[in-house]
Amino acid sequence: MLRLTGVTKSYGERRVLDDVGFTVADGRLTGFVGGNGAGKTTTMRIALGVLAADAGTVEIDGTRVTPEDRRRFGYMPEERGLYPKMKVGEHIAYLARLHGYGKAEATANAEALLDRLGLGERLGDTVETLSLGNQQRAQIAAALVHDPEVLILDEPFSGLDPMAVEVVAGVLQERAGAGAAVLFSSHQLDVVERLCDDLVIIAGGTIRAAGSRESLRDQHAAPRYEIVTAGDLGWLRDEPGVEVVEFAGGHALFDAEEPATAHRVLARAVAAGDVSRFTPQRPSLAQIFREVIR
Amino acid sequence: MNARIPAAPSTAQSVWLVAEREIGSRLRSKAFVISTAILFLAALAAVVWGGFAAGSSQGITVAVTSATADAVRDVDGLDVTDADSAAAAIALVEDGTVSAALVPSDEVPDAAAPASGTFDYTIVGNDEVPSGLLPLLSQSPDVHLLDPSSTDFLLRYFVALGFGIVFLLAASTFGGTIAQSVVEEKQTRVVELLISAIPVRALLAGKVIGNTILAMAQIVVLAAIAVVGLTVTGQDLVLTGLGAPLVWFAVFFFFGFVLLASLFAAAGAMVSRQEDIGSTTAPLTMLVMLPYFLVIFFNDNPVVMTVMSYVPFSAPVAMPLRLYLGEALWWEPLVSLLVLIATCVAAILVGARIYSGSLLRMGARVKLTEALSRS
Repeated sequence: MLRLTGVTKSYGERRVLDDVGFTVADGRLTGFVGGNGAGKTTTMRIALGVLAADAGTVEIDGTRVTPEDRRRFGYMPEERGLYPKMKVGEHIAYLARLHGYGKAEATANAEALLDRLGLGERLGDTVETLSLGNQQRAQIAAALVHDPEVLILDEPFSGLDPMAVEVVAGVLQERAGAGAAVLFSSHQLDVVERLCDDLVIIAGGTIRAAGSRESLRDQHAAPRYEIVTAGDLGWLRDEPGVEVVEFAGGHALFDAEEPATAHRVLARAVAAGDVSRFTPQRPSLAQIFREVIR
Repeated sequence: MNARIPAAPSTAQSVWLVAEREIGSRLRSKAFVISTAILFLAALAAVVWGGFAAGSSQGITVAVTSATADAVRDVDGLDVTDADSAAAAIALVEDGTVSAALVPSDEVPDAAAPASGTFDYTIVGNDEVPSGLLPLLSQSPDVHLLDPSSTDFLLRYFVALGFGIVFLLAASTFGGTIAQSVVEEKQTRVVELLISAIPVRALLAGKVIGNTILAMAQIVVLAAIAVVGLTVTGQDLVLTGLGAPLVWFAVFFFFGFVLLASLFAAAGAMVSRQEDIGSTTAPLTMLVMLPYFLVIFFNDNPVVMTVMSYVPFSAPVAMPLRLYLGEALWWEPLVSLLVLIATCVAAILVGARIYSGSLLRMGARVKLTEALSRS
């Protein structure tokens, strides 16, 4: 488990991170969401240890991260980079060897992983000849090849086509399933929403929300319901405890603080005629995001 | 997932992995292979050309008098001109008609008394004796040069040029290469992946060692080409007295190269883009160029050469040259080497500090004071 506590960082006068703290649990995918310049990359670089924080701690399994621990990390930097003139297969194997794998094992791991990421045909090509999307896949392989316990991935999905997103998402879920703690940032809120177990939302250098996806949704869910019936819903306006948000004949959107009130509404609607839809409205990640960064 | 995470590679293993990659990537670079091949071919051509020049004894022109004509009567490869007198023969040497004259010793003005009474004639040359001539004569006569001062100068010049050029070429090409590859790693952010796996110092050491191995291999091949080529083409006389200075050159070269390589790596780490690399490597390039020019211009100035042979950046060129010329006492190369090694160790420490202090700083050029301070 990776835990950041009270992490603060300033560049000159400008404070870019202020008391940032959250945890990335083992076996879970944690999405790290924030606008441009919110502090995501700085946070990730501090978590990895390539950047020193002014204050605060980064701990792994309860002890402060040492340079030695970084070997257990897999990192994908914000700006992509591999040696342009090195062959993809050799490059990934080289990184595995730097992490202590023997030559044969490193090569086998690298080739299996690149194959899984759809680069099996390109092992002998130099990095610079790959398309940007394929370089991205190679970069992901570079972060994963040494079976890290903690994965820190800065925008792993940017620049990938939808099929590649599926492949990469699948690989990340596998790693989390095997017990790795995975932190990834993304602007693609739909991907984050679908993929991650936990969420951390950052804005202006402070953590605005953190927790499991479901708990965040529950926290930010307005007690709002949508109802669609065959009959007229005019009676809804006079129902106690109900505030109608939208209304058009047989379709209505209403807020009800008490679940019992909502149930009473449903019972009455069913008694009055066909109810074709009755749904509690759950906020999307995009809605939560907009709300918490405000 | 593989639950087992292998143990960290030892520092030596990490260093070697990095060095191995440096060597491999250099050997695969077409530019490197082609420029090395050209360098070797040029050395070979120079040796072979020298061989032709020396081997063309067919046309060595020698003037003789009636008294000395017998000595060259049965010698092949000489173009003999008969002169009326010793003075006329010497006049032919002076005006360049012949390259040497063979005259009775007692008729040479200002010449020392002949060393052996049994062999009473002397070869007179202008400023040198044609290199092919002496071996052709069955007995070695005395040599008398009309204008002896310039002999040492030429040989001195070419040996100085040789040491100077080899050091300049190796230091500037490999130095530049190291700086570039450091910037490449920084610019592509590969460095962030590398240092999460291995210590910064291991990375620096690997780069320096990999390039040092290549540079040493290059000069060993060059030396082999020179020695084998000179021997095969019958110019082994040139090698006389060059053996020990060559060994010293290799030793000095090694430490001098490591010294410069560490500094070039540090200079590379201070910038983030290839375009900016000149701003930090320029002073180092000057340090590499300066000894070359000094040794070319001042190789006959003992004071300058003595000073140069102790200054770490020029010692690899100047000290072997002084040894070759027999101007250095036996202990001098040892003292100079100690100075060089001490500087080398200091450069590695300072270089490593600048390197680790700058490696992860992106954007503008890192100031030297910032790079040196421990953050």
